[in-house]
Amino acid sequence: MQLEEKLLNGDKRGCAKLISMVENNDKEAIDIIKKLYNHTGNAHIIGITGPPGGGKSTLTDRLAKALRKEDKKIGIIAIDPTSPFSGGSILGDRIRMNDLSLDKEVFIRSMGTRGYLGGLSKATQGAVKLLDIFGCDYIFIETVGVGQSEVDIVKTADTVIMVMVPGLGDDIQAIKAGVMEIGDIFAINKSDLMGASKTATEIKMMLDMSDNMERRPPVLQVTAIKNEGIDKLVDEIKNQMNYLEESNELYERRKNNAKTEIIKLVEEDIINLILKKNESIGMLDDIAHEVAIKVLDPYTAKDRVFNSIKEL
Amino acid sequence: MDRPIRVLVAKPGLDGHDRGAKVVARALRDAGMEVIYTGLRQTPQQIVAAAIQEDVDVVAMSILSGAHNHLFPKVVQILKDEGAEDILIVGGGVIPEDDIPGLKEAGVKEIFTPGTATTDVIEFIKNNVKRK
Ligand SMILES: Nc1nc2c(ncn2[C@@H]2O[C@H](COP(=O)(O)OP(=O)(O)O)[C@@H](O)[C@H]2O)c(=O)[nH]1
Ligand SMILES: [Mg+2]
Repeated sequence: MQLEEKLLNGDKRGCAKLISMVENNDKEAIDIIKKLYNHTGNAHIIGITGPPGGGKSTLTDRLAKALRKEDKKIGIIAIDPTSPFSGGSILGDRIRMNDLSLDKEVFIRSMGTRGYLGGLSKATQGAVKLLDIFGCDYIFIETVGVGQSEVDIVKTADTVIMVMVPGLGDDIQAIKAGVMEIGDIFAINKSDLMGASKTATEIKMMLDMSDNMERRPPVLQVTAIKNEGIDKLVDEIKNQMNYLEESNELYERRKNNAKTEIIKLVEEDIINLILKKNESIGMLDDIAHEVAIKVLDPYTAKDRVFNSIKEL
Repeated sequence: MDRPIRVLVAKPGLDGHDRGAKVVARALRDAGMEVIYTGLRQTPQQIVAAAIQEDVDVVAMSILSGAHNHLFPKVVQILKDEGAEDILIVGGGVIPEDDIPGLKEAGVKEIFTPGTATTDVIEFIKNNVKRK
């Protein structure tokens, strides 16, 4: 098993190949993860999310550099949306991270949100596990905080950093509705621009209003391009991890995430079973036809589909 | 669903223009490929490091500064050293006719000079990429 050894030995090409394989749902890669699963759990997984252009990639670059000074090994997964028209994409996050490319202890991988078998979160979670086995101390997942699938991915992290920028104005209200709850740390980036402290105050006020929080998220002002406020942010990342470990919240989160992951995997298998069954006998089409012409109701139809896969 | 073709579009050398590279990047995206764009002034070492971590099928480079005879073969060589010679390498930019045979000899599979239709680039990649 050459790939397995390569991964364990920190060989980048081996790791890169395996990530491609999990992206493609390749059985060999899944088997390697199964076998080496007890090598995971060392990495602190950090989701970086926020509006497009907010400086997530630049900030990730600076955080990685700060942690490299402590000799930590870093993995970065940067997810960019795929064009809905062609299925292709231009993944440009590396532009902000070029100095890291040659660092032996940094691995950066870009992913599009293409129509993955089993969804984007499955591909990402596979890649995270591989980077964990690969020996990373920190794994950053950068996603734009827009679609549901991106939010789902960020939720699989141990810690979520919400990157905000000054002058979001009413947008903050919109962000609040969806993703405010998932931020463990708020980083107001571009604090060299006007209005940063106002944005910080607004976010703090919003945090004051929500009450069901175990730990009040810190709100920091940073300027990624000038490398300002980065050390403080690194400190908060470590504080957060200490809190997670000491309060048992890390276990709780990982257990919750595992539950979601398992359900998703089972769901995927069931759907595949139905589709496979459908292929052989055209069952789904026939039943859908009956429902459409109202000789069958969808609930009974569901029972039939369910019973048929139980027979497999 | 099949994995889309992954292409690293890179700008080695010191010239500061990436209009051409961006046009190619967009055309490849519109053809359904996943393009990893790394920006200006990449060293051959950086290009290879990115190509390996991203596990791309193709490296597409563009140079306007005239350093192609040095930089293109260098990328080919380092990729070979890393055991990644299965990656398809193509180049573009302002490249004199006379230099093309030498570059192909060195392992650059095709050279696209200014005025090449992006559809030709797409066709070439689709026909020559080694799918794993
Ligand atoms: N003024 C200012 N611009 C920044 C800062 N951080 C990043 N940028 C710029 O914001 C733009 C988008 O940055 P990027 O990291 O790609 O954002 P992303 O889309 O969230 O990943 C780039 O032009 C950066 O140079 C900052 O602290 N201040
Ligand atoms: Mg980015």
